[in-house]
Amino acid sequence: MQIAFFVLLVVLAGTSGEMFVSRAMKEVGEVTSFRPAAIARMVLRALRAPWMWAGLGMMALAFFSLLVLLSRANVSFVVPVTALSYVMAALGGRFFLGEQVSANRWLGVCLVCLGVALVCVG
Amino acid sequence: MGALAAMESGQQLRAKTALLLFLMVVFGASGDTLIGKGMRVVGPPAAWSVAPVEAFLSHAAGAPAVWAGFGCLLLFFVSYMLVLTWADFSFVLPASALAYAVVPLLGHFFLREPVSPVRWAGVALITLGVGLVGNTPPRTTRAEPAAGTPLEAARAKGD
Repeated sequence: MQIAFFVLLVVLAGTSGEMFVSRAMKEVGEVTSFRPAAIARMVLRALRAPWMWAGLGMMALAFFSLLVLLSRANVSFVVPVTALSYVMAALGGRFFLGEQVSANRWLGVCLVCLGVALVCVG
Repeated sequence: MGALAAMESGQQLRAKTALLLFLMVVFGASGDTLIGKGMRVVGPPAAWSVAPVEAFLSHAAGAPAVWAGFGCLLLFFVSYMLVLTWADFSFVLPASALAYAVVPLLGHFFLREPVSPVRWAGVALITLGVGLVGNTPPRTTRAEPAAGTPLEAARAKGD
């Protein structure tokens, strides 16, 4: 039961964290130059976006939940479950970030999710 | 002319997205591998109380592989932030899963590590899935104006 709670926390906090970071980066706007100064400006701008901090906080929460999970014995069977993050990411992209997830993209996401789970099991 | 320009910029978008995804896979996979290697040398903390954890942390901080790993992960995160300034999250995240397929392949060809049939099936599915996602347009939302423009400021006020 406790393990299920932490698995859920890893998947939900991890995906929403990355989604928030993505939202912050969309606000920063497209980077068109890869000179070090332009990249530094992008990083500084991102650090001023509230979504960035919300995202980093959620990612830290997911990381510590994963540590708790891994500190309990015999949880290797739950690690493949974290591949569900890919499906969550597609849902988040569609409903939180307003991206168009086409049928092909959905199919690709499901294959990736299954494939990552198999690599973790194997 | 307009259509040609749009096509050209579409190709450019695809090319720079592919380049950044490549960097993410390389830095992400090497970062994880280096930290894994470093931590195996360090070993787990003797107990979960203050003194052994402190000893574990100072031990880990003295391992060059751990520092190299953190450097790679930092470069990974900067590449990730860069690509997300223009590409869809629902494009970048599944595409970055290619790292899960590359690591067993590299292990097989360079380190002659055995790869189980289940793992091979996973590598095949990931490759197929990333191929499908990669064929969709990398950006499906409109281009955002750069921060600090009057439009952006007006929108921020409206929020």
